[in-house]
Formats: sequence, C-alpha cells, structure tokens
Amino acid sequence: MKYAYYPGCSLHSTGIEYDMSSQLVAGKLGVELKEIPDWNCCGASAGHTTNHLLGLALPARNLAIAEKEGLDVMAPCASCYNRMKTSEVAVKSSQETKARVAEVTEMEYEGKVGVKSALEVFVKDAGLDTIKSLTVKNLGGMKIAAYYGCLLVRPVGIGFDDPENPMTMDDMVTALGGEAVDWPFKTECCGASLPTAREKVGLKLVYDILTIAQSVGAEAVVTACPLCFMNLDMRQNDLNKKVDNANFHLPIFYFTELMAIAFGEKPAKAGVGKHFVDTSSVLAKYNLK
Amino acid sequence: MRRVGVFVCHCGSNIAGTVDVERVAKEACKFPNVVFATDYKYMCSEPGQQVIKDAIKEHNLDRVVVASCSPRMHEPTFRRCLESAGMNPYLFEMANIREHCSWVHPDKEKGTVKAIDLVRKAAAKVVKDEPLQKSSIGITKRALVIGGGIAGIQVALDIADAGFPVTIVEKEPTIGGRMAQIDKTFPTLDCSACILTPKMVDASQHPNIEILSYSEVEKVEGYVGNFNITIRKKARSVDMSKCTGCGTCWEKCPTKVDSEFDMGLGKRKAIYTPFPQAVPNKPVIDRIHCTKFKNGKCGICQKFCPTGAVDFEQQDELITEKYGAIVVSTGFNQFDHSVYGEYGYGKYPDVITGLHFERLINASGPTMGKIKRPSDHKIPETVVFVKCVGSRDEAKGKSYCSRTCCMYTAKHATLVHEKIPGSKSYIFYMDVRTPGKGYEEFYKRTAEEYEAQYIRGRVSKIYQKGDKLMVRGEDSLIGRPVEIEADMVVLANAMVAREDAGDLARTLGISYDKDNFFTEAHPKLRPVETHTAGVFLAGACQGPKDIPDSVAQAGAAASKAIGLLSKTQMESDAIVSNVDESRCSGCMICKGICPYKAIDAKIITERIGGKMAERQVAEVNKSLCQGCGACTVACRAGCLNLLGFTNEQILAEVEAVCL
Amino acid sequence: MQPINLTSASAAGKDFVEKVRKASGVDVKACYQCGKCSAGCPVAFAMDYTPRQVMRMLQLGLTEEVLKSHSIWLCAQCETCSARCPRKLEPAKVMEALRIEAKKAGFETEDEIATFNEKFLRSVASNGRVFEAGLVIGFNLATVRPFKDAGVAPSMLANGKLKLLPHKIKGRDAVRRMFEKAEKMEGEHK
Repeated sequence: MKYAYYPGCSLHSTGIEYDMSSQLVAGKLGVELKEIPDWNCCGASAGHTTNHLLGLALPARNLAIAEKEGLDVMAPCASCYNRMKTSEVAVKSSQETKARVAEVTEMEYEGKVGVKSALEVFVKDAGLDTIKSLTVKNLGGMKIAAYYGCLLVRPVGIGFDDPENPMTMDDMVTALGGEAVDWPFKTECCGASLPTAREKVGLKLVYDILTIAQSVGAEAVVTACPLCFMNLDMRQNDLNKKVDNANFHLPIFYFTELMAIAFGEKPAKAGVGKHFVDTSSVLAKYNLK
Repeated sequence: MRRVGVFVCHCGSNIAGTVDVERVAKEACKFPNVVFATDYKYMCSEPGQQVIKDAIKEHNLDRVVVASCSPRMHEPTFRRCLESAGMNPYLFEMANIREHCSWVHPDKEKGTVKAIDLVRKAAAKVVKDEPLQKSSIGITKRALVIGGGIAGIQVALDIADAGFPVTIVEKEPTIGGRMAQIDKTFPTLDCSACILTPKMVDASQHPNIEILSYSEVEKVEGYVGNFNITIRKKARSVDMSKCTGCGTCWEKCPTKVDSEFDMGLGKRKAIYTPFPQAVPNKPVIDRIHCTKFKNGKCGICQKFCPTGAVDFEQQDELITEKYGAIVVSTGFNQFDHSVYGEYGYGKYPDVITGLHFERLINASGPTMGKIKRPSDHKIPETVVFVKCVGSRDEAKGKSYCSRTCCMYTAKHATLVHEKIPGSKSYIFYMDVRTPGKGYEEFYKRTAEEYEAQYIRGRVSKIYQKGDKLMVRGEDSLIGRPVEIEADMVVLANAMVAREDAGDLARTLGISYDKDNFFTEAHPKLRPVETHTAGVFLAGACQGPKDIPDSVAQAGAAASKAIGLLSKTQMESDAIVSNVDESRCSGCMICKGICPYKAIDAKIITERIGGKMAERQVAEVNKSLCQGCGACTVACRAGCLNLLGFTNEQILAEVEAVCL
Repeated sequence: MQPINLTSASAAGKDFVEKVRKASGVDVKACYQCGKCSAGCPVAFAMDYTPRQVMRMLQLGLTEEVLKSHSIWLCAQCETCSARCPRKLEPAKVMEALRIEAKKAGFETEDEIATFNEKFLRSVASNGRVFEAGLVIGFNLATVRPFKDAGVAPSMLANGKLKLLPHKIKGRDAVRRMFEKAEKMEGEHK
C-alpha cells in the first residue's frame, strides 16, 4: 500500500512523536508513505470559521497535489483529517463547490482521491490479525483508555467508526495485549485551541477527560490526534498547579507509539522520550522499556 | 345525442378561492353533448343536490358530471342523488377539481384552466357511461380477531355479545398482550391486572368466543363477507385437551430462561405460561431452550405430568376457516433504544425502559414489586426519567409523538415517590402532553405533590461514573446545562409498530404507513376501517394509543364488524370486470393475475362455420371481483374491460385532455 | 429587562436568517428547542447563550445580539451538537456561519479567540504552514501575557517540538493568493 502522507503542521513540531512513530509503524506494516510535496496548512478550525471557502480550499490544494500522483492521502492529525474529509465530500457532492474551490486553489481537484486517517490505515485496513502477528512485546495487560476526541469520528455518517462509541483504537489496544478500559469520554472534545486561547475554558475540558480516565483505572491514555495529545499531556502540569486537588500523572501515548513499542522498537526511537508526562514508570512496569 | 349536465362546486372557498368556478361552468356549456352547466356553493349539501335533481327534470338530462372533490369523498352522495331522481347512478362522473387542482395550485388562472380540462375529461367520459347494476353476495356470520391484547379482547367480547361467533388468534401462549405487563393504569392508578384479567376470563368463557393462542394467521383468501383464513396452530408440545394447567411441569422443569414477559428481569422455565393468570392457563414448551429438544435428554415434564399431556412429537397444525369480517388488533412494540450511543447503546444495566419499570413495580414481578435497580438490586434514591426516547426524533427514531409517554412517566414518578420514601425523581421532557380526561390533573399532582422535578430539555448524554449514572441535559427554561447523579434512569421509549406488521399487512391486503402502522380508510371519518372491505382496525397497531383509546376504538371496530355481519346479503359494487367472449381466446393469463381468484375458465358452445363447437373462455365471478383492473391490462386481446372504466371510456378521456 | 419588540425584530432579522441558511445549510425554523445540543456541548458552561438559545435568537430575528454573543466564538467546532440533533440540524455549521458574519460586522466579542485565529491564519498566509512558536509568542504578546506557557518552551525546544524559524513552503505565494481570492469570492457570493 502506498499513500500520500500529509503530516500537517503539528507533526513537524509539537506532535513530532506522532510523525516519528507513524513512520516506524508504516515501515513495519509495509505501508509506503510519500510526503505530499510542498504541502500547506489545512487551516484547522480557524480557517473554516473565518472564511468558508478558504476552509475548503486550503485542504483541497493538498488533495489536488496528491491526486496528480494518483495517491489517496493519509492524515494522522484528526483535525487535518476532518478538514480534508469535509473538503473531499464538499467537492464530490457539488459541481459548483468544485468549481469555486478550483478557482481559489488554481488547481484541479476532481475528488478521485480521498483522505484516510492514520487509524484507518494502520488498524482498520491493516487488520488486527496482522497487528497481532507483528507484536513481539506484549503490552502485558496495561490498562489503557482509548481517547478518540471529537473530530476523528465526525462528520457523522462519513466517519469510519461509530460517532459515540468508536472501537478501532480499543481493538488495537487489545490486539497489542493491553486492556482497553470501557469509558464514556472517548469522543468528548479536548477544547482544541481553547486551552491556549481561552485557558480557563479549555482547561476544564481537559480536566474532565483526565478525571474520568483516571476514575476508571486507566494507567495511560492513547490518542490519535496531536492536539488532543498536547492538551492532555502538556496541560497536566498546569492543572496540577491551578486546580485544587488535581494531581495528574497520567501518561499519554499516540497509538502509533504503542504499536511501535509492541512491534519491538525502542520507545525513544518512537519519540516517547519527548512527552511532558513521564512514561518511564508505566513502561517499566510492563517491561516495555 | 346525449344530454349532459355539469355542476361545478365552490366548496366554500376551497375550490372557488383558486378556481374561477363561474368560468368553468361557462366553458363547460361549450363541450359536446353538454346541455346545461351551473355552479353552486356546496354541491354536496341538500339544496346543492336539489339543484342537480331539478336540472335533471327541467333539462331532461341523461348524464351528470359534478366537478368538486375526490370521488372518495362524495361519489356515493351524488350517485344516490341521481338514483333518487330516477336515473341509473352509474351515468355519472366526478371531476376532482379540489385535491387534484385547487388545493395544490396557488395560481388562479392556471388553476382555472386545469379545472376546465378536468371537466372536459369527465364530460367526454360520461357520454360513454352505460347503466350498471349491482350484484349481491352472501355473508359468513363470523368474525376473526387477530391479536388478543386489550383491544382484541374488547372487540371479541362486543361482537360475541351481539350474537356472532368470534375467533381470537394470538401468537403468544396467552391473551392479555401489553396491558398484562403493565402494573397500574393512569390516571386512576387502578391495577391493570385487576381490570384486565376478568375480561380475559370473560373472553375464555364466552360461548361465542374461541381462543387460538400460540397461533398465527398464515394465509388470507376471499373477500369481504367471505374470507378463507388459514391459521397455523404452532406446536405447543402440550395436548390442550388433556392438560389441566396444574403447574407440575413448570415446577419440575430444570431449565431457566429469561422471561420475555418480565422483560428479561426475571426467569421462566422452558415449559411455561408467561404469567400466573394466563388464558388459556396451559403451558407451551420453548423448543429453542428445552433440553429435551436440544439434546434428547431430560423429559422430566412428561414424566411428572399427571394427565400425560406433554407431547414432544406434536406438530404445527394448519386449519382453514371461513369468516365474514376481520379485526386486526396486533398492538405495538417498544422502541429499541440501543441505537442511542449517547445513552450507552443499551449496555448500562440501570438504564431501563418504561416496560421494564412496569415489571419492577409489579407485585408479581421479578422483584415482588420492590423498585430495585437491575445491576446490584439496590433501591434507587434518585431516579431520572427521560421522555421522547425514539419519539419526535427523525435522526435516530420516529418523527411522531407516542402519545402515552407523558402520562406513564408521570405515573412512574408518582409510584417512585410512593414506594421509596425520601426518593427524588427528575423528568426530562420537551413538552408535557396530557389531552385526556383527568390527565392534566394527574400530571399536576405528580409535579406538585409527588416530588417530581420536571426539567424542560432533551438529555444529551448518560454515562456510568462509579455506581452512579451521570445524566446531562439542558434546563432550557433557564438556559443552562444541568447534570444529575442518578441511581437509575428510565427511558420512555417510543411505541412502534410490530416488526412483522408489514408482512401481516401484505397477507391481509391492507395498507400501512411509513412507520409500519396500519392505515385507516380516512383519518377522520373512517378511523377503524381499512381500504380493504371487511377488515377493521383496533388499538395500537393503527398508531400509538393508550388503554382508554384502544378500548374505545375496539368498540368502534366491533360495531363496524357487527354492522357487516348483521346483513344476510351484501351488495357488491357494479364496477367489475367483464369479458367479451367473442374475442376471448381462453388463454387464461388473466386467471393468474387476479388477486381475488375471481376469474375462472368456462366452456361455451358456439356456431362456427355452420357447426356447433366448444371453446374455452374466461369468466369473471362478479361477487368476487373487486374491480382492481389488473386483468384488463394483462389481457392480450383487450377483451377484458372494467365496467365504468372501459378502454373506450379511458381513451375518450385521454382524447379530451390531450388532443 | 427590556421587552423585545418581536414585530420589528422578526421583520428586521428575516434577511439575516436567510443568509445564515444559505451559508450553513441549516433552517433554524426547524429547531424545536429541545436543548440536546446545549446539553452535550462541552463549552456551553462558558457561553453567554447556549447553542439552543443562539438558534432561538435567530428564530426571533435578534441579529445583533446573536452576532455579539460570546458563544459563537467559544464554540470549539467539535460537532457533538450536529451529531446528536434529533432534527438533523447542524448547530456547529450555524456557529461557523455566525462567526464569519460577526467578523464581517466587526463584532469580535472574544478578543483572545479572534486574535488567536487571526494570528494563526496570518502565519499560514505568509508561510504556507503554521509557525507554532511564532504563533504562540505573537498571541501571548498581543493578549498582554508574554510569559504564558513560557515555562514549557525550553524543553520543547530541546525535544525538537519548537522551531525557532518558520518553514516557508515554496508555494506560499499561491497560498497567499488563495486567501485573497477566497476573501474576494466569499464577499461577492453572499
């Protein structure tokens, strides 16, 4: 399998671990990733809430480049994935939109190629049997809460998993030998840029998610989105300082990091050393260092 | 030369508002054969009919066209009018310039032009009308009731009391239906079983009522007054003639199964009656779970049965009986809320439905009437009720309002307060709808005296947090999100049609709506009849209904059936198919097409080339024919014609409009 | 509290509601005010009007109040409301349309969020991608709290999570033209 790879801005900076681990996992699964040449930012939520057309055009430029190469796109970031999917569907379902988008991008995107999330490519398409067969270091029953966030399973009716109780990552955790805990906040929003732009509002969302994850006995949380990851990982320290009784030390992982580790890679090679919250003790507990 | 009269109705402003009726009448005068045309405010009224009668006399009319509403509405009215003026009632046509024109067009000019076209069409056809005669058929004075819930029982009792034999076919092992599962009834709070079981016993003891439980209707043939119904009596594995209902078998049976009657909250045996007051009080063996049927071992019930009634060899039995009328009262199902991911996809044990709650509060239910939550049998202190689950929800459920939930939820909250001292109920609602006698007062009492906090808003999420259920809603009256830590959540699930309603409708040849509820012949004026003559509706199979409404509708359906059965002979419509024998080749394609089995072959003798010869042709049984016209389309020689809608008449219409 | 004159409000708001319908594809009249959107909204607790109330205000034609609300800026676009709406309406799309309209009308009630978005897009317009360090520093300076999140910077730099200079893509001129064209075309379209 070969995909046009769209890392998005985060995977080249704050989400560098996601990039590193995705490349490793792709290699193990025999998925070839060819980065979209000279890709641009998808605009994230700022784009489409400022100018609707711009919000469709920014992702469409990248899709158009991928289409020239005849490759479907894999986008690890949930927000990038959501924006690209929205653009893909909009162009496919309306000739008028297609023409307007083409006018803005000065490129033709016909809707012949589409976008998939990394979770779809690495777990759904690869299959749990393949994942099991590649697992050399069992997660040893580590209790893990799979956190999908909101955008990965939206828009409803287009997404690849259930909008209220997605299972792709849970199944992956089980396949790797971990214990996927059942919890109700799988798709609650982490606030996206709100913890940065409106700290008080954003931090409450992160607090609620971490609290519930902790209450069901999760020893770690696994995500498939750089923004979710940053909010859950980087903000724990903030919360511990600013919220009474908050004492979070919950390791957060990208699902690709767990896959890479289980497939026998050194955690450091997958970027696991770059987290804010210490991961070494939970990895040591399950002999995964 | 015919003498046609045209009468254009205003229907108040219904037609006249969008159609220039005077112009239509004026234009009609110019049509061939039309000798008189006029307009009138209400053609169907007494004076309106007099206008027609007077014109018939004065202008010596021999054909009449009325341009008004749908023939569904007033064709019989105007036919009677012609009859009383001494004309054959079939020398008449209606132009539907209301439903087909004024109601659907906003433009008066275009509407008027279309109305003129429709009248031209009718005037062209009426010239070709021939006088027709009705025929009559005998009636089997016996009724079949499908479904033995409260509606079916009431129908059966009413028809039986009027002196006609009735058969109730019930697919469960007992009659009683949903009402038997319910604990108390609103708004009086009297015990459901106490008022239902006497009726069940009445039905079982009535000399005119036969109950076929654990049976289903397999095939329906025939027509109004003369239905031939094939009924499958499913193998009970128990000989009804020997069984005394002593109960030894189900006491001894070692296999426990989740009880459907108790909504899976309690257990029953593999040989069982659904509940102690079952009628008939004779068990059936659930062959899927019975060990004897699974692996040949056991057979304890047979060993202990004092009368030797247990029969593992019993087979399904098919019987065919004649009935004159059918009443359908198959009831409803409860909506399956497992489509609501935000409410946990049905996986939280303490998120239950209204019917579960009925079993929990019932003294003979699985908890002996103590409200205990299913997960840990703790008595809940905070109970949250969520209304409109699956109702008024196009996204995940049904668009309609289920009508009963507001009241049964109020009842549940009242009972929570009565049974659990110090408890608190919260009720999430969108609107409180209480249009019944004493209903509003009951709701008010629940809110004011029974500690039920009503919160206006739809719940968005229910999730488990420790041993509590977190319920998130918005109090839309203050505009703030609210959260409740509940011990138990009761969902007021929508009432939906039975999953096999569509199949039964096709078997019976009756229509059903987008939600699979059976459709009445007219939403206001024929609420218990179907479009299929002789088939009537009662209870929630026609749409969500509470007990009083179901019983009222049952009475209405019974009186319609009694009206039919009281006749000795029944007039059948004159609009039937007719064979032109001279052109019929006897290919009999029409016979296979006819849904009413009204066509058969017959041998005629005719003179061909001076010699007498025999030849096969088709023959239509005028009593059986329902005038659907299917055969006329199938006939290759075009020798089958529907009287009143002959090919010649239809072509005349087409020419009038298209040429 | 002043009573609202609904006669004039609904007359005045008619065109605006139609504009929102065209932009979002959502007919706000179809909303039956059940509040499921607001009950599930993760940010509703911080809003001045719940999403349901925003829909209601549109129904009544209270254009200016809607455009001045904080809610339309706080919406995180997570689409939970749209996913659960029993009338299959999509409040998230209404929020998007309203935010665009509010910006046009000059009502940026939530300075910080508006500033963040603006800095974000400016970064994209000039580089083709977001320069995260520049964005956060620029944002914190603009909102007069230069040291917010500064504590995490050293470790992020060390981990390669922050770059000191933006990556400028080759096609950045093309991207800038996209911004200009999109603005011009959306202006003409409505």
